[in-house]
Amino acid sequence: MTPRRGWWRAGAFGAALAAATMAGPSSAAERAEDLYKTYCWQCHGMKGDGNGINVRDMSVQPRDHTDARAMSARTDEELFTAIKKGGQAINKSVLMPPWDGVLSDEEIHSLVRYLRELCQCRHGG
Amino acid sequence: MIRSIGMTVALLLLPAVALAGGDGQRLLQERCSGCHNLTGPAPQTLAELWARKGPDLFYAGNKYRPEWVEQWLQAPRRIRPAGMYYGNHIKPGPDGDIIDERSLPEHPRLGAEDARAVTRALMQLKWGSHLITPGAYKPGRISLSMGELMFDKFRGCLACHEIEPGYGGRSGPEVYTVARRLQADYLISYMRNPQAWDPRIFMPNKHLKERDLQKFVHYFRALSEEDFQ
Ligand code: HEC
Ligand code: HEC
Ligand code: HEC
Repeated sequence: MTPRRGWWRAGAFGAALAAATMAGPSSAAERAEDLYKTYCWQCHGMKGDGNGINVRDMSVQPRDHTDARAMSARTDEELFTAIKKGGQAINKSVLMPPWDGVLSDEEIHSLVRYLRELCQCRHGG
Repeated sequence: MIRSIGMTVALLLLPAVALAGGDGQRLLQERCSGCHNLTGPAPQTLAELWARKGPDLFYAGNKYRPEWVEQWLQAPRRIRPAGMYYGNHIKPGPDGDIIDERSLPEHPRLGAEDARAVTRALMQLKWGSHLITPGAYKPGRISLSMGELMFDKFRGCLACHEIEPGYGGRSGPEVYTVARRLQADYLISYMRNPQAWDPRIFMPNKHLKERDLQKFVHYFRALSEEDFQ
């Protein structure tokens, strides 16, 4: 995925994109936060660190979404697939559910962007 | 929250005599509609979902077993360990999020006569009949261990549901009593597509096969025979 990394690092474009994501109260970002609270907190926790109210008896612990190292190992496409189709679609645990029955593709894309804010990371670093 | 406490107190102070006679419809309006939606529709937005104070009852007649409702209303006990929208009842703790037990309201309790009248009125509320196939559930059996294997390892349901008191996930309702509480054909329909009943609910559609739907109801029936309270 080197081309992708290059793409992110490409100076002007990257800066413009960063400015766009950070600019003002974007309604898309707020919405993603609300979605995360509703559907993800139960396992990934209020801080996104994998310590939700459901983890006590779970055999595989939810991913810590603030872990920049682990999260930067994933492409945005992989994150999108994991959320839409569930953990098994990326060879991970069935305990990570598929959300295609309740979230639109657009909402899932906004959640991927939100995860990048939580980990303060991009794919490849 | 404050408002619902205020309301509960006000309800407790209503003179008992005003409620005698057991007009179920009127009781529902006066004592239940503040927390329960009796007319629909279900929450369409997240804000509405978070504001919901009690389970929707506008399809009670397609969902509950009347004998259970009547008993439960006389001696209610908790079904959802973290309340309705769990996000309103949790807080960060040293080792992760914890449930704020004090934020969970006690349910109003009814006398036997009112419970019977209210149950009769509730069973008239029948939105969703188009989602139910009468006789969809075909009674059968599964061992507790096979059922648990499916519920936990194969399908990952244990993450959100307790299969015995104090064991399992806590954002969804306990399932060890669910076969006593709900109609089997509703269970099949709900598990097939939770969002058909409740568009924004935080139970995922796990795309279960017809065979699995049946087996889960067998499993819930086996669990309910264990008689956990
Ligand atoms: C029922 C509990 C549960 C819920 C609810 C849940 N997750 Fe997960 N999630 C998990 C578990 C467990 C894992 C770890 C899977 C593994 O490591 O095998 C995981 C892993 C993930 C991963 C994969 C990370 C990686 O790189 O391996 C992503 C992305 C993710 N979750 C996002 C979400 C989002 C977004 C939501 C809300 C829409 C959500 N999850 C809701 C349990 C859950
Ligand atoms: C203060 C708010 C409040 C009032 C008033 C209230 N309820 Fe409830 N009710 C709830 C909550 C919250 C739950 C969920 C309890 C749980 O899961 O532990 C509930 C659960 C129920 C259930 C079980 C439903 C299910 O799916 O689990 C029934 C039946 C019910 N209520 C009927 C009534 C009736 C009938 C009245 C009026 C006599 C009433 N309630 C008044 C808040 C309320
Ligand atoms: C991410 C959490 C989550 C997962 C995973 C999950 N559920 Fe649920 N489940 C819920 C919630 C939330 C509700 C509805 C709560 C309500 O109506 O207040 C629910 C409701 C139910 C009900 C109806 C119970 C009732 O009392 O109304 C059944 C039955 C059920 N789930 C079975 C399953 C099965 C089977 C699986 C696995 C295939 C599963 N659930 C996976 C969260 C979950």
